[in-house]
Amino acid sequence: MSDETAFAQAPAADAAPIVTEPIRPGVPKVDPILIADGVTRQFGGNTAVDVEHVEIPRGKITALIGPNGAGKTTFFNLLTGFDRPNAGTWTFDGSDLAGVPAYKVARRGMVRTFQLTKSLGLLSVLENMRLGATGQLGERFLPSLMPFLWSRRESEITDKAMELLARFKLDTKASDYAASLSGGQRKLLEMARALMSDPTLVMLDEPMAGVNPALTQSLLGHILGLKDSGMTVLFVEHDMHMVQTIADWVIVMAEGKVVAEGYPREVMADQAVIDAYLGAHHDTDLGTLTGQLAIAEEVGISDELIEQIEEELEEEAEEETEDATEGGSK
Amino acid sequence: MLDWTFLPLTLNQIISPQTIAFALAALGLSVHFGFTGLLNFGQAGFMSVGAYFFAITATRFGFPLWASILAALIGATAFAFLLGIPTLRLRADYLSIVTIAAAEIIRYTVQTPDLTAFTGGSDGINGAEAGFEKLNPFPDRVYKIGVVPYTNDDIWVIVVGWVLVALAALFVWQLMRSPWGRIVKGIREDEDAVRSLGKNVYAFKLQALIIGGILGTLGAIINIIPTSLQPNNYGTQTTFFLWTIMLLGGATTVLGPIIGSIIFWVVLNLSDGFIGILAATHVLPLSQVQQGPVRFIIVGIALMLLVIFRPQGIFGKKKEAHFSV
Repeated sequence: MSDETAFAQAPAADAAPIVTEPIRPGVPKVDPILIADGVTRQFGGNTAVDVEHVEIPRGKITALIGPNGAGKTTFFNLLTGFDRPNAGTWTFDGSDLAGVPAYKVARRGMVRTFQLTKSLGLLSVLENMRLGATGQLGERFLPSLMPFLWSRRESEITDKAMELLARFKLDTKASDYAASLSGGQRKLLEMARALMSDPTLVMLDEPMAGVNPALTQSLLGHILGLKDSGMTVLFVEHDMHMVQTIADWVIVMAEGKVVAEGYPREVMADQAVIDAYLGAHHDTDLGTLTGQLAIAEEVGISDELIEQIEEELEEEAEEETEDATEGGSK
Repeated sequence: MLDWTFLPLTLNQIISPQTIAFALAALGLSVHFGFTGLLNFGQAGFMSVGAYFFAITATRFGFPLWASILAALIGATAFAFLLGIPTLRLRADYLSIVTIAAAEIIRYTVQTPDLTAFTGGSDGINGAEAGFEKLNPFPDRVYKIGVVPYTNDDIWVIVVGWVLVALAALFVWQLMRSPWGRIVKGIREDEDAVRSLGKNVYAFKLQALIIGGILGTLGAIINIIPTSLQPNNYGTQTTFFLWTIMLLGGATTVLGPIIGSIIFWVVLNLSDGFIGILAATHVLPLSQVQQGPVRFIIVGIALMLLVIFRPQGIFGKKKEAHFSV
């Protein structure tokens, strides 16, 4: 349960202000680690990303949110060298990163994970972890033939890998093929693997997608853990509740642009952001009849459908009074 | 009279230079495909390039043996660069198209009349083995293995060939259990994942292409020493034999391609012999001309059955089998 206590305390621990100027899209940060300027990417005539100016605060957890197709993942790909922009520059830790190939971006301490998990299923969990390590001479062709040159580093790497695996509760799986892990465990493995290189900025593309609620809790704990050990985290997420729980700062993208940013509470409360980018009914649970009714009434679908839902609601209410144990769950 | 001599001859196929050559080239192919995931459909091209560099420098320029071998290795490396630089940045399938085409281009180019002075045209090149046979330590007499008599030169190339196979197997085995091997195995599955961990994927793919190509070249040299260099021996048929051999033994194993080569040639010889017998006794309605292609039909069917029912081959682990092609 240590995970839960970790994120109960976290927001309070960040007393240092992130910005001093009035909050607006592209506001300068007190201590930025990543600064992007004029980054645009077009696919044909379609502008997927058009970010004028954005800064990511150092040592904080920043959430990048926005509707599907807002360009969040494309922006991620551009920043990490997996895609090339049509224009734009960005600096990481003061050094220019535009045009730097993906593998060099990673070597500079900016490591990412992927929306569709890329754990390597045909390698063991431990080999996956070792792959993330740096400074292994045995990765070069000629030295690889002479194990005495790299076996010491290899055992250091293995120790570190086992330590991280233990932290992510995957140590018992170390010798299994990664393909045998569950979806959630693969997410954990990918995150642990990214940490093998001691990055300064960890970029997580939808870390919670497809993960069950119990594992989400521990994932959240791990992300907060990254911040505690001095790393900066930038992550893409759709679940607003999670963003509110762990993010120190939120950047909202829509149609390729940064349309809003700010402290999570304020951004979430911003009615314009909510309506335009999260959907007017983001708080409505579509799994319930009352939720469906509210939407049906507003959208103005046929009266028949509305009546039907109302009838069902009444029936349900009757059932509930008969069977008290079911109350409220449906 | 039925001709049963193919039966004892088949045993000699186990150690023949042809088996050695295909074992080496298939091992190279497993570095490409089995371990790194590179779809090379032009391994015959790598063999051909190396063989021509070896034979031309030895016979036309009088290079000593070591220099000819070096030239062959340089040739294979250059060929890997030529194919790899434009294609390895693209999706895997581009490499397969380019390699199969390049191998055919080479096969036709060496046969053009204008190059006959160097390449010997469609007759190929004889006599490239002189430098190799000069080093032969075996006394000149007849050596009998089974029913087959061997000359001292035959024995020499067989011994060197198998030593080479053992060294190559050791080399690939060590390579693949090293951190280098870990990276290429990562690349075969998802190169973006490996890239995101700070590895220069392109450089590793190019290295793998060169290493596998060099193994193919060494195989080709062993192949031409006891016979001669024939351009038409390095067509697509050779490439598909190599794929069958590799998949038969197990693409992600070191022993697989070697044992696969032995099994492949033994089975091919046996089926050839039995089809001959069946045709002679009129059990199969085949003419002598028709017998030849039948064995290729058998190879094709075997390859299909293998991929469907045992994609990991004889020695491979089921969990490591990969056909994301």
